[in-house]
Amino acid sequence: MPGRHQGARVVLLAVLLLAGCSSSPQSQPAPSVTFGSGATTPGMPGMSGMPPMPGASASAPAPATGSPAAVAGDAVSIDNMAFVPATLTVRAGSTVTWTNHDEEPHTVAASDGSFHSPGMGLQGTYSHTFPTAGKFDYICSIHPFMHATVVVTQ
Amino acid sequence: MTDAAHTMSRRQLIRHSAWFGAAVGLAVVGGEVISHIAGTADAARVQGRPTLRFAQVSDSHIGFTGKANSNVASSFSQAIDRINDLGYPPDFVIHTGDLTHLATPDQFDQVKQMMTGLRTPHVFTVPGEHDSVDDAGQKYRSAFGAGTRGDGWYSFDIAGVHVIALVNTLNLKKLGHLGADQLDFIAKDVAALSSDTPVIVFSHIPLFAMYPDWGWGTDDAAQALSNLRRFSSVTCLNGHVHQVFSKTEGNVTFYSGTTTAYPLPHPGDGPAPKPVTLPAGKLHDALGIREVSYTKGQNALALKERTLQ
Repeated sequence: MPGRHQGARVVLLAVLLLAGCSSSPQSQPAPSVTFGSGATTPGMPGMSGMPPMPGASASAPAPATGSPAAVAGDAVSIDNMAFVPATLTVRAGSTVTWTNHDEEPHTVAASDGSFHSPGMGLQGTYSHTFPTAGKFDYICSIHPFMHATVVVTQ
Repeated sequence: MTDAAHTMSRRQLIRHSAWFGAAVGLAVVGGEVISHIAGTADAARVQGRPTLRFAQVSDSHIGFTGKANSNVASSFSQAIDRINDLGYPPDFVIHTGDLTHLATPDQFDQVKQMMTGLRTPHVFTVPGEHDSVDDAGQKYRSAFGAGTRGDGWYSFDIAGVHVIALVNTLNLKKLGHLGADQLDFIAKDVAALSSDTPVIVFSHIPLFAMYPDWGWGTDDAAQALSNLRRFSSVTCLNGHVHQVFSKTEGNVTFYSGTTTAYPLPHPGDGPAPKPVTLPAGKLHDALGIREVSYTKGQNALALKERTLQ
């Protein structure tokens, strides 16, 4: 344990001693924090800690967008937190396009890691081309109870 | 009430007509909901400053746009005001994940900037799956990962209490997942602690099987909790499910917290955990923050659920 932690321990001990004998508990200082898991301090200071961190902007979030153009080909719809159809069969070389119709964002993430979409907001789309035959199971990485399969034939 | 929860299986619990109230005592006192497990009601009435007091906020989903909440930034801002108006500065504030809705840099910037308005010495976070949509949490760790270990986990000691913050939203198959590296961290992290050290664990996804069909559980939580069996007081606080719930298993009590963004259905109510749009004027009753306090000598923490209304 680095020596820099000793000071914090002493303060902590003092707080505990105060807790044991003080008759006016409302006036106690806030307890100090001792970190054991990293070289620097996790978390961020609140307003009564240190001055606010510079560099963070308050700009409004950008609306979520998927791939702009749906490529002609086979389609999977995402409705009510389910992939429809649950199993899609296409020929090798086909491009499959997913369209999210839920307010909740979804992704398409292959179990074998061969494809992974960004988050798709409402009406967001994602396309992936399957060059070779095989059975590709995938999930939504945000809601992994959503799962489906693309079967690619020669 | 707690004993009833012990002896019911999950299916029985779900069938129970008063499911939502089965495992947690809920008392509405002056507009605030106070939850407690059997035998701990006195903890909330102890006079003076507790040994430790902190606030939990969760599931702000900054960037969400939908009819379930037309302005999640406004409701998160109200949650921050609610914490700042508690009448004392909490020793720290924990955000238990889904800070953002789609893990974009702008959304991380916005939520981080908003949280600098919390009047507390420390703000801690754990990531939700919405904070790690497509990059295994890299953008989350850029914004909030300083000083953490592994994929963003860490621990600290405050006022004699050991606090562990876990990441169970990466490498999801169906349920939450901690992984071998993090399980190893937990084992080593608590090894030197005496068994009477109170332990508090934060995670986004529940560490208990709240409703596995919707992913509301963690597949390797039992291994993590096996390291905590010897401790007399273990409290696990999570978000993810957007509703207050509590369950006790042996020496461990689990508390799911509500959201500042939009409600989700109760477990099994409907086909999927889609955002619920409430009638006009009802939303803020479903949103809230949680006060938690620990008083030395008490095994159980005292919790107060406060709505934004």
